[in-house]
Order: sequence, then structure tokens, then C-alpha cells
Amino acid sequence: MSEIIIFAEIDGDGLHSTAGELISAGKKIAADTGNVVSAALIGGNQDLASQAISLGADKVYLANDDAIQEGVADAYLAALHKICINAEPTVVLTSKTPIGRAVGPRLAYRLGSGIAQDCMDVSADGDSGRVTVTRPVYGGNAMAKFTFADKDPQVVIMRLKAFEAMEPDSSRSGEVIEFELSLDESDIKTKLVETVKEESEGVRLEDAAVIIGMGRGLGGPEPFSQLEELAKVFNGAVGASRAVCDAGWLDHSYQIGLTGKTVTPDVYITVGISGASQHMAGCSSSKNIVAINKDGDANIFKEASFGVVGDWEKVLPAFTETARELLES
Amino acid sequence: MSLNIIVCAKQVMDPETPLSAFNVDEAAKRVVPAQGIPPVVNGFCENAVEAALKIKEAAGDATITIISLGNDFVMDVMKKPLSMGADQMILIQDPAAENLDALGTATVLSKAIEKIGEADIVICGQQASDWDNAHVPLGISEMLGIACLSEARSIDLGDGTVTVASSRSDGYDVFEAPLPCLITVSNEIGEPRYPTLRGIMQASRKSPETWTLNDLDLSESDVSPVLTLSELFVPASDRQCEIIEGEDEADSGRLLALKLREEKII
Ligand SMILES: Cc1cc2nc3c(=O)[nH]c(=O)nc-3n(C[C@H](O)[C@H](O)[C@H](O)COP(=O)(O)OP(=O)(O)OC[C@H]3O[C@@H](n4cnc5c(N)ncnc54)[C@H](O)[C@@H]3O)c2cc1C
Repeated sequence: MSEIIIFAEIDGDGLHSTAGELISAGKKIAADTGNVVSAALIGGNQDLASQAISLGADKVYLANDDAIQEGVADAYLAALHKICINAEPTVVLTSKTPIGRAVGPRLAYRLGSGIAQDCMDVSADGDSGRVTVTRPVYGGNAMAKFTFADKDPQVVIMRLKAFEAMEPDSSRSGEVIEFELSLDESDIKTKLVETVKEESEGVRLEDAAVIIGMGRGLGGPEPFSQLEELAKVFNGAVGASRAVCDAGWLDHSYQIGLTGKTVTPDVYITVGISGASQHMAGCSSSKNIVAINKDGDANIFKEASFGVVGDWEKVLPAFTETARELLES
Repeated sequence: MSLNIIVCAKQVMDPETPLSAFNVDEAAKRVVPAQGIPPVVNGFCENAVEAALKIKEAAGDATITIISLGNDFVMDVMKKPLSMGADQMILIQDPAAENLDALGTATVLSKAIEKIGEADIVICGQQASDWDNAHVPLGISEMLGIACLSEARSIDLGDGTVTVASSRSDGYDVFEAPLPCLITVSNEIGEPRYPTLRGIMQASRKSPETWTLNDLDLSESDVSPVLTLSELFVPASDRQCEIIEGEDEADSGRLLALKLREEKII
């Protein structure tokens, strides 16, 4: 039976959070096409293979080779390419992670097939097996649906958190296939020289339940401390618009948006952010968006559920103080 | 040895076009260009030009060729990379290449790069702000069979190698690859320089070469699409914003916190 292959990434000792999301996306296509969902686990072990099965994978390709090195796309690409040549999947799913968004497209081009990136939804036609994806274009100002032509594999890169992983269930069963890779040295053209960690204190943006967003409207880097103070009240984190990062007020690791991080907090409180589509592309799935902006016509008020039209310098201190009192009482 | 650098640059609708002027023709499945707002060179492509100029400064001897595939080119707009300091430009324009998908685009651009010949470094912006595909350059590297380094925030030229740093969520990775290679750059590579008066004068004297598919030994069937746009629409926002108004701005801030608490949001 033809299959859907998901590229299951590894994070430390476990599966990357996107592995379960991709399995869920694969299952949605499989519900229409009757395909099996297989996980390509490159550089993994039996334990991780069991995890993938517990998250819903019907089959796992367990592929190892000395040439595989964390962070190096070339090796994962060569491995996934070999698996695809062998398994002839109809669909390949990867995530919009640094590795996933490098490997997915290059695989598609290597095989001469189609590729759609940053997809928020997928569906398939049961008869033809053709996949249709929904994805933002023009910086999120428009949404587009694309349908793949009759060439496999159809390669889809999913936006992070577009699908939810299923609850792991250890009673699920699946097949584990040890896949012989024997990669060639010529497969790997790039070398990872160094990995530099820039540890930031406190809660990671991607994990924070509350995020305070810093925009150009704050006028400079100094107000960061006030936002941090507010974030501490909620045990949350501070993120920023690209304008803030490009101006050098904050490092680019704070950037939320199309070309920054995708976040999905319970509440995202924006201060002095206009709500450009490219910014919203990274936060529009927040459960609640709150806006403090002096311009009542700013786009952010079209996205927010609660807001204050006013100068942040006057609004924020009172907001922070009241929030602190409420949470301490 | 002179270094041969090729930069791919795309003309796009100005991404700063106000939302009120952003219109989609759903039947034709295309974005209607806003009246009176000229197109721009895609921002990340300008970053790529800047990266190429920095490499040229470091290498001493290099030629920077800009290639662009598109239609309805506005010459004043497209000449910006030349005024910034690039040496020459090739525009690829063909009625048969007006609606290519990413695979077709990468096919045309890689053929053009082969025709120019002996490229040492191909530099592209990480994505274009119209279709936000972020993978045409990766396709070019595959078709040319050269090393691919994506989303560079810095580039250092070595002896027959390049070293680039790419941002990660908690820091950055440093990669090295042999030449020839393809590099995509993010905005972190640095602001594109402003053209100088001298640069603008020099650019005005240069006329870009124009190529068609025929010049690249390509026919329409070589670029037939594998992905088709089936729908294009402006998403409707279902969120209704409740504006909190107090006696003054500080009071509004206080009431906002109370409201969020009442709604169990905080
Ligand atoms: C291809 C591409 C990718 C991009 N990717 C991203 C991305 O990933 N993330 C991102 O954020 N952007 C991205 N952008 C940029 C985006 O288009 C916007 O330019 C950016 O988000 C604007 O940031 P901002 O809202 O902080 O600034 P502005 O748009 O300048 O807004 C500042 C806001 O502050 C308000 N303000 C000013 N003073 C005060 C005050 N005293 N009190 C209260 N409010 C005040 C103003 O009313 C205004 O609404 C991208 C652009 C392109 C073309």
C-alpha cells in the first residue's frame, strides 16, 4: 500500500514536538486516501521508534549512519532521499523547523516534484490522491490553496503547531524497519563547524503561556525592562516585532512573525505593535490577543479581542500594577 | 583570481502596501497591483545584494551579476542593485514564463546561472514577499548540484570555502562549505546600503541584457507546473475587539487588567 512519509525530527533524547504534529497531519490525508503513515526516523533508536508508533505512526523507518550529524541538512536530505527512492511515498511531510524547511524543498527538487511550504492545513482527494494545502501568501495578507499535479511525492512543509499531536498511546502497534543507509561522503557538502548557544534567561518564547510583545512604538530599547517586569508577573516571556529587532533594540531571537518565531500563547499582549500581517503570521493562533496602541485604526485592533487606545507610557504602568495586585491576591 | 558572484533578485509588490489598498481578484486568482504604489526589489534580495557587495569588498576582485526572472519590469526599480554597486544585470522575460511555479522558476534561474558560467557563489534572499515560498534558491542549488547554506546571518569568505552563521531558536550554527555554493540570506545579514549619487549615475549608463526561454534552450514544456493555485482569498478576521476606556489612559490600563481577569484570560 502506498504511504505517507513524515520526517520525524529528534530533540535531545526524545522526538521533536513536531513529529506528533506531522503524524496527525499525515493521518488526516490518510483518512481520505487510505495510505499508511510512516515516520522516517533518521539517527534514532528503537525507543524513539516506539514513541512515534505511540503517536500514531503505522510504520517507522529507523535509519542510522555515522555521517548523520545533528543540524546538518545534507545528511538528513540524503537519508530521506534514499528512503523515498525505496518506499515511493505519495506524500512527504516535514515541519517548518530549520532542518525541516531545508530538507523538504531540496528533496522535492531532487525528485522533480512539487513542494508547498508553511502550510496550515492539508486535505486530499480520495480518488486521485492529490493533496491540496492551505497556506498564507503575501505576508499573510492573503490565503492560497494549492493543489499538487500528478507527480509524487507531494512534499508539504507544515507550519509548527498547525496540527495537534495525538495523546501517546502505548497500545498502538506498528512495524519498525531498520533501513540500511550507507551514505556516501559526497552526499555531505557542508560541515557544521560550531553550535553557539545564546541562553536567554527565563521562559522560552515557544513555551510561554503569556507573551508581552514589544513594538517600534516603544521608541527605543529602554522600555524592555518594563515589559520584562510585566512578563514576570505572569511568569511569561517578552517577544518583539521585526522592526524592534532590525533596529537592534533586541536580538533577533526575540522576533515573532513570518520570518521569526511562531508562538501560540494563551494570551499575547502587544505594546506599540501595529499588527502587520507578517507579524501576525507568527502569533495569530494565540488564544487571546490584547493590544495597547495609540492609533485606534492600527491593524492590531482587528486581531485583538481586548485593547486600549492610548500612550503605552501611561497605560502600561497602571496595567502592570493592577495585574500584579490581581494575581497576588 | 576573480570571484564570480551571481545574485538572484525579484521584483515584487511593495509589502508595505497598506491593507486598505491590498486587493485580491478571486476569479483571476491574483493580487491586483495597488494603484500608484510602485513595485520594489524584494527586501531579502536587497539583503543578498548587500552580502555580495561585502564579499566583493573582502575579496578585492569580483564580478557581481544580478539575474531576475519576471514580467512588467520597472527599470527604475530593477536598477537599484546596479546603483548599489553590482556590475551587470540580466533580465529574463518571456510570455511563456509568466505564471511559473517554484519548480519552473528554479529551472529557468539555474539554466541562466549555467549559461553565465563558472559561478563561484550564488546568493539569494531567503524568501520573496509575494508568494513567501522560501525554497526556489534551494531548488537552484539542487539543480546545479552545489552546496547549499540557508538563512545566513553572516558570510565569511575563506580560501576556496565560505563560512556562514545561521540563526537557531537558541543561538546560531556555523557551517562551512566549499565553493561553488549557494547561500540564502536573512535580513540579519545587514541593511542594504543606499545607492550613492555616483552609483546611480553609473547604473543609468548600464542597460540590462534581456533573455527569453529560447536563449536558455528551454521550452514551455520544460517548465510545466507541478503545483497549481486553486484558490486565493483575503482571510476574514472573526475577532471583535472590545476597546476599554477609562477616565484617562492610566485608568484604561487598570480597567484592562480587571477586564482580562474577569474574562479569566489572566
Ligand atoms: C518578507 C517580510 C517578512 C517580515 N517578517 C516579519 C516578522 O517575522 N515579524 C515582524 O514583526 N515583522 C516582519 N516584517 C515586517 C512587518 O511588515 C512590519 O514592518 C513590522 O512588523 C512592524 O513592526 P511594529 O509593529 O513594531 O512597528 P510599526 O509598524 O512601526 O508600528 C508601531 C506601532 O506603535 C504605535 N505607537 C507609536 N507610539 C506609541 C505610543 N507612545 N504608545 C502606544 N503605541 C504607540 C503606532 O501607532 C504603531 O501602530 C516582515 C516584512 C517583510 C516584507
